[in-house]
Amino acid sequence: MTTLARTVEVSKRYGEVNALDGVSLEIEAGRLVGLLGPNGAGKSTLVNLFVGLRKPTKGLVELLGGNPSDPRVRQGIGVTPQETGLPEALKVGEIVDFVSSHFPKKLDKWELLDRFGLRDLARRQVGGLSGGQKRRLAVALAFAGRPRIVFLDEPTTGLDVEARRALWEGIRAFHAEGGTVVLTSHYLEEVEALAERVVVIGRGKVLADDTIQAVRGMVGVRRVSLSVAELPELPGVVSAERVEGRHHLLTPDSDRLVLDLVASGVAFADLEISPATLEDAFLAITSKETVDV
Amino acid sequence: MSSLVLLHTRYQFLEHLRVPIAIVASVFFPTVAMLAFVVPFAGDHPLAATVGTASMTMFAVMSSSLMGLGIGVADDRGKPWDPYLRTLPAGPFPRFAGRMLTSLAITLIAVVPVVLVAALLTEATATPLQLLLGLGALLVGALPFMMLGLLVGYSLPAKAAVAVSQVLFFPIAIGGGLLGNPLDPPAFIGAIAPYLPSRGAMELVWAATTDLPATPLALVMLAVWTIVAGAAAVWAYRRDEGRRFQ
Repeated sequence: MTTLARTVEVSKRYGEVNALDGVSLEIEAGRLVGLLGPNGAGKSTLVNLFVGLRKPTKGLVELLGGNPSDPRVRQGIGVTPQETGLPEALKVGEIVDFVSSHFPKKLDKWELLDRFGLRDLARRQVGGLSGGQKRRLAVALAFAGRPRIVFLDEPTTGLDVEARRALWEGIRAFHAEGGTVVLTSHYLEEVEALAERVVVIGRGKVLADDTIQAVRGMVGVRRVSLSVAELPELPGVVSAERVEGRHHLLTPDSDRLVLDLVASGVAFADLEISPATLEDAFLAITSKETVDV
Repeated sequence: MSSLVLLHTRYQFLEHLRVPIAIVASVFFPTVAMLAFVVPFAGDHPLAATVGTASMTMFAVMSSSLMGLGIGVADDRGKPWDPYLRTLPAGPFPRFAGRMLTSLAITLIAVVPVVLVAALLTEATATPLQLLLGLGALLVGALPFMMLGLLVGYSLPAKAAVAVSQVLFFPIAIGGGLLGNPLDPPAFIGAIAPYLPSRGAMELVWAATTDLPATPLALVMLAVWTIVAGAAAVWAYRRDEGRRFQ
């Protein structure tokens, strides 16, 4: 398989902060790769390196066989702007024309607008659009130049369900035609809906790089909280902590845990089960790593 | 590359037209100053009216170059659209060039009503050739103010840029004698004016449109300001690139 983008032992420091620390990654043609991680994990820094906005402190970044800081190399990529930055005074159709004109093989304007349900908005000024409409336009812009690879940073964060599904359809259609997609998210759900391969990033490192099923097993944990005088030995607990008399347990199988708890016969109270935050899940993965080492 | 420069210029200009407050401000103040100072006090005298008109066009140039670029660039840098444009296959030059050309276009628009007022309401005279030369002189005179605007825009955040460009604008305009009688300025202004770029730029426009000669000192200082401000603008641009895109 052709590699469209890769990093080799890339590190990026901002002053004292290590945003990325020795990351090696290959993105192959035709894949839909999700970069998953909590805020501040280094996902955006990694994308900024790929699209030429930043240069690595150490290591190599290669895009379409060249250097991302070379404008000619970037003719083959598509990027999504933050929708809060779109020029408010311009019309939807004008922004599409403006961005398209940078690319030698641009997509037909109306085809692009149709694909993202924007045809009826073409003559509207961006300032008058809703948040969801702006986001659709922002994502659409990534596809304006018929890119070989697109980088989508948190494409649907904060959108309602319907708008999110519409955007996902647009992204899937591009992928179905052979396009390569790199998307970042801090929602497991979004990565699950789209990606085949998931790269989990935390504290500037690649924590896991696997299929969605495998990663789900790792980060799809639940938090079980209860008050109990003495906690019995329970199988399947990834991590446990005690805060002010309450025990908080992380487990991939909360049903099993509760059954085991009841079977153990201890008296407990105020049982609560909630989905673990991604931060919890990453802590679980990192702590497991330290145990493995 | 040149087609990308045109593309960026066209859309930046379009944005200005849609939110025309910057254009209105650039047009409004010189025109009002023309009506308030030049028409009643110098309107009957051909030379004084022509010289006064030249001062007011320079006022327009300063406002759209120094304030327009200074505030506009600082504002753009603060928006996430700016880094997005850096991911397009263009490099930073077309946007940079587009800004300069847009600023010049706004300058030209701001000059039109000043010249119209001069032609209709005063005794100011100029042949078509003199008008054309005057326009060229304005564009040369705009350079140091564009450079100062870029320096402010690339080195300060938006709010500070508004304040600093005004703090620069008024002393340079008044000190250069733009707002008084330029032919017979008060002693203090007469002493400092030749060292300010506004005076040299204004004299350049006089020389193009009247028989008044430009003084060597003012012209040399205009060149010095252009070179120093240009170097400072390049420094600020590089520093900004280095901070945000390394």
